[in-house]
Amino acid sequence: MSATPASVRAEPVERPEFERTPLDARKIGQIERPLSVVERMWNVQVVRNFAVLLMFVVLWEAYTQIANVKPLLFPSFSDTCIALYKAFADQKLMAKIWFTLQSLLIGYAVGLVAAAVLVSLASIWRVWADILMTATAMFNPLPSIALLPLAMLWFGLGTASLVFILIHAVLWAVALNTFVGFQGVSHTQRMVGQNYGLRGVMFAVKILIPAALATVLSGMKIGWAFAWRTLIGAELIFGATSRGGGLGWHIFENAEQLRTSQVFAGLLMIILIGVIVEYVIFRNIELRTVRRWGMQR
Amino acid sequence: MPQTTNGAAPAGAAPAVAPILEVEGVTLQYKTKEHLITATYRVDFKVYPADRFVLLGPSGCGKSTLLKGVAGFMRPVEGEMRLKGRRIEEPGPDRVMVFQEFDQLLPWKTVRQNITFALRNGGRCSRESDADEIAMNYIRKVKLNGFENTYPHMLSGGMKQRVAIARGMAMEPDILLMDEPFASLDALTRRQMQEELLQLWDDTRFTVLFVTHSIEEALLVGNRILVLSPHPGQVKAELNTHMHSHANAGSPEFIALQTRIHNMLFADRVLEE
Repeated sequence: MSATPASVRAEPVERPEFERTPLDARKIGQIERPLSVVERMWNVQVVRNFAVLLMFVVLWEAYTQIANVKPLLFPSFSDTCIALYKAFADQKLMAKIWFTLQSLLIGYAVGLVAAAVLVSLASIWRVWADILMTATAMFNPLPSIALLPLAMLWFGLGTASLVFILIHAVLWAVALNTFVGFQGVSHTQRMVGQNYGLRGVMFAVKILIPAALATVLSGMKIGWAFAWRTLIGAELIFGATSRGGGLGWHIFENAEQLRTSQVFAGLLMIILIGVIVEYVIFRNIELRTVRRWGMQR
Repeated sequence: MPQTTNGAAPAGAAPAVAPILEVEGVTLQYKTKEHLITATYRVDFKVYPADRFVLLGPSGCGKSTLLKGVAGFMRPVEGEMRLKGRRIEEPGPDRVMVFQEFDQLLPWKTVRQNITFALRNGGRCSRESDADEIAMNYIRKVKLNGFENTYPHMLSGGMKQRVAIARGMAMEPDILLMDEPFASLDALTRRQMQEELLQLWDDTRFTVLFVTHSIEEALLVGNRILVLSPHPGQVKAELNTHMHSHANAGSPEFIALQTRIHNMLFADRVLEE
């Protein structure tokens, strides 16, 4: 900064004017360059995700080979794969997965429907909004597993108990997210819906749900994860019902026999199903909806 | 200048055509967390067919609130609003609103779907194919052909407002309500949009109630201006501006009227200071 006395006011310097003719764009050369194949591949999210998965597998295998850990404590990836193959062949793993998925899907579906009903009521009447918010604050922190002993007392040792605690796991997370999403729908979009004659249920279906879909989906994902954890946890405690056991039971049973590679196989299966649901189902829904609409990047 | 007192009939014979919209002694109030605010106090005006009627006033004069009242989103605590003689009770597709905000387009629908959505739900078309045809017609009118399958987030602000206008016009409502539709646009786009709106009006001669806080925009867009005073909004004057357009913007008459309205709106403030 040059020392300017406060009494002297700065004036802009007067400069000559000029005009120019811009060069023809063709003379400048390549303005748009197509990205290389590698660059484009790396832009595909599935490719990147797969690379990350592969990295984990390599780290796992390398760790077990280099550190020479006991297979009883930490089986290698290849051992786990062999165990997984054997589980499908000899231990009826498919039936166990199906058993778990059945309860999971029933509980998840009923939980979603219950959440939809509760949120609809809450968006129509304020009393229900208060009920929903208070109930969510009360029950959301309550672990479903803590309700399992009670559920067994009330509903017996069958699927009913599992479904009950699954509903509890799903309902509050989904309801809370959906309700918060609805509240965040812009006033303008609400007025647009009303302007074209939408009221009540049609208003919720055609305006609120699509406008809040990003939060609704994230609530559904959280609900799904809660349901999984709850169910596997319940099976570990609860063991098999009269109709058979699930994935949690597979882990429990094999841990008792110190078949660690089978325990890993069970865990790997849970992870695989989780990854498939996330990347195949939820990701595709998001790609076709919120991302396509520019509501989520 | 004819002086009229509150409630008395304006000077001059009443027009032979029946008004589309009648607003009589309307007081509108809304609540904030701590206050009950009177936005407009006993406002009267009449809008006739093919009018480009402008509500003009500084912020806080309740012009947007008045428009929301006409749209049916608010009920007056006093007075009455009638559309074609029927009392306005709730929002309906016979009065379509074009908002200032860009998010008035539903982001989960393409340009064409945004229009067909309105046509189908507003009860103007029962068949999707009919709605499609009307939608494409209006997309062409606002020069957006080629963008009909684009989602709103890919469009510029001006294009979004064009879609909103096309959607409003496609409904062929009794009256089109525009709430500062060009206020969020840059100056160049705004001017272009004003000209396009006038061309569209020249084409179809729809009736529009237009809210703005820009005196210049009021003179350019409107054929008649209702000047409102702030806190609460009261009618200050109703002026004819059909003789002004972009063609004579900057002419002495144009500037004279601009100055006259400016003084009308800000005279009180100078006195207060």
